[in-house]
Amino acid sequence: MTAETATEKPTTHSVRAQRKAKARISEGKRQERKLGWLLCAPAAFVMIAVTAYPILYSVWLSFQRFDLKFPDQREFIGLGNYATVLTNEYWWTAFGITTLITVVTVAVELVLGMALAWIMFRTLVGRGLVRTAALIPYGIVTVVAAFSWKFAWTPDTGYLGNLFGEGAPLTERASSLAIIMLAEIWKTTPFMALLLMAGLALVPEDLLKAASMDGATGWQRFTKVMLPVMKPAILVALLFRTLDAFRVFDNIYVLTGGANNTSSVSMLAYNNLIRGLNLGIGSTMSVLIFIAVAIIAFIFVKLFGTAAPGSDEGGRR
Amino acid sequence: MAERSRGPGRRRIAALAAVALLAPSAAACGSDDGGVPVINVYYSTEQSFQKLVDECNQQAQGRYRMVYQVLPRAADEQRVQMVRRLAAQDSGMDVLGLDVTWTAEFASAKWIREWTGQNKEEASRGTLEQPLASATYEDKLYAAPKNTNTQLLWYRTDLVPNPPKTWDEMIKMSQDLKSQGKPYEIDTMGAQYEGLVVLYNNMVASSGGKILNDDGTKAEFDQGAVDALGTLQKFASAGVTNPSFTNTQEDAARLQFQGGSGAFQLNYPFVWPALQEGAPDLKDKVKWARYPGIDANTPSKVTIGGFNLAVSAYSKHPDEAFQAALCLRSPEHQLFSAVNDGVPPTIESLYDDPQLDEAYPFKADILAQIKDGANRPVTPAYQNLSTVLSATLSPPADIRPEQDADALRGSIQDALESKGVLP
Repeated sequence: MTAETATEKPTTHSVRAQRKAKARISEGKRQERKLGWLLCAPAAFVMIAVTAYPILYSVWLSFQRFDLKFPDQREFIGLGNYATVLTNEYWWTAFGITTLITVVTVAVELVLGMALAWIMFRTLVGRGLVRTAALIPYGIVTVVAAFSWKFAWTPDTGYLGNLFGEGAPLTERASSLAIIMLAEIWKTTPFMALLLMAGLALVPEDLLKAASMDGATGWQRFTKVMLPVMKPAILVALLFRTLDAFRVFDNIYVLTGGANNTSSVSMLAYNNLIRGLNLGIGSTMSVLIFIAVAIIAFIFVKLFGTAAPGSDEGGRR
Repeated sequence: MAERSRGPGRRRIAALAAVALLAPSAAACGSDDGGVPVINVYYSTEQSFQKLVDECNQQAQGRYRMVYQVLPRAADEQRVQMVRRLAAQDSGMDVLGLDVTWTAEFASAKWIREWTGQNKEEASRGTLEQPLASATYEDKLYAAPKNTNTQLLWYRTDLVPNPPKTWDEMIKMSQDLKSQGKPYEIDTMGAQYEGLVVLYNNMVASSGGKILNDDGTKAEFDQGAVDALGTLQKFASAGVTNPSFTNTQEDAARLQFQGGSGAFQLNYPFVWPALQEGAPDLKDKVKWARYPGIDANTPSKVTIGGFNLAVSAYSKHPDEAFQAALCLRSPEHQLFSAVNDGVPPTIESLYDDPQLDEAYPFKADILAQIKDGANRPVTPAYQNLSTVLSATLSPPADIRPEQDADALRGSIQDALESKGVLP
């Protein structure tokens, strides 16, 4: 940020020619910015204290053989834990399951969320009621919802158990995964819709009217006018949900407990770290999950370029 | 960024932030009132346990005051909560209610104190051998057995005139009932969790097999253990289980049987009072028998469950904690728990008490099974072993005995040495 202000002066003209948005920063504005930084400083400090320290500590743990059950056998083993985890079948199965759940749920949620956002945005009668009703699934505690799904899908106790003939859907891998994804989608589509609705509000009415004057069909107005204007909102929604979905835990924990190979990477890390008390292996998994999440965020920002949150233009106006 | 003139203000903010961060932990430290040591007892949900605590507090006459801290219902959650806090050397826990399989782990991690001298003598006086063994690690006593437990075979007398003695017999009976269109299911626990390990351990012990060597240091997996894999596979694929078998835990199994679709149920005695209340039409048609074995001429050996009381290594009042634990598991209080909460006592003489007759019509079968019982393998890495086993055994219908035994020898050895990844 400081580098930017320094280089700006000599090339004001060319910059202005290229990007109208970037005006020269006045003295007052600079002061304002400094004050802004000062005001965030305490929050930033606390954030670092409560996030950076645990992250670094788990990285440190991941380089050790350290099992709480055998406290005397603690030793530094470098990347040994990483070799163990990355050559392990359970890890890659869980990784595949997690990726599958992430891709499917986020894709479906984007489509459904868009529809729901449109409904919430366009409703004329009982707008408050419609919006509240749509948000109810997101307001229910995930574990509670997961339990009701579990009972619903269990024959004898539930109304969905015998939907597809005999047998118990939660005892087979494919149907279990489908139910997990269904529960995830049911739960977080409202969240997606909420973020997308904020994007819908950005689309100027005149633009849509002008487009229809020019003879654009409904679909064309949607793809050529609305989507481009909504792009930043869509990105935020996708990014949040992808990162969230990749860490899926509670639904799986309640619905199957990881049976029939339905564990996600978070489940696996929990089993090793909290149940198994293996701080070395468990921390290695946590670090790997952290890296995966960081890569996802990086890809989003790179792939969608300037419109992504955190990049220059999107972040600051 | 750094502006001198604003230094004090920022320092104040930092100080405030620090206070805000530290405050919760300061508030969380309990305080002893009026010099009477407070003994925090962490124990799972048991309906009349609070009454025991109150009574012991009265008997203590001010030497200590126990507070009952209720642990979650699920065994895994109980262990996770205690382990997490012990790892952080939390001094707020004094007496710990341990599932019988955790003793070795807690002792090896140096989280619980050894029982010695007078306390040890009192904890082992008249106590049944198998429950006492479950509280012992490397020949030292680390806990006082509070209650034991074992599964029985519950069956419908209107469908099954004579209870089966072996698994093969039971599967056959169930299939016959099925072909006659009558209720036929064998309801028991088959979800991927400890319950499945218990089911398998029953089969291993009954066929005289071994999962680990006697020291608990090596994966043995002898012929008996391999045969048991075959029995489990046969049971799961014979079409005699509930459709939800592979997702069923204790209470779900009880509900399946209570719902009327089962002819047999393998479960703990808590199902008996529940049946009296929940299924009046069934209660007179249900009887119990010894858990089925493998060979008709050899009585079954069944896994022993239950709870032991241990004293945390980080307790600030260990002497009072030992006293409190002894009070909670004293003969009169064990009898009280047996009558009111249905948990089988660990002291043999209590089984002769007439007070047990009404609540425990099956007490003779329980005692016989416990005296003949099989403990699960004793190793600090039991949780790893259990996780690996349940993951490999699930779903039981897909077990391939020889291949799985080979794979288990490797993965269990890794688990014992805390190498490798837990599923």
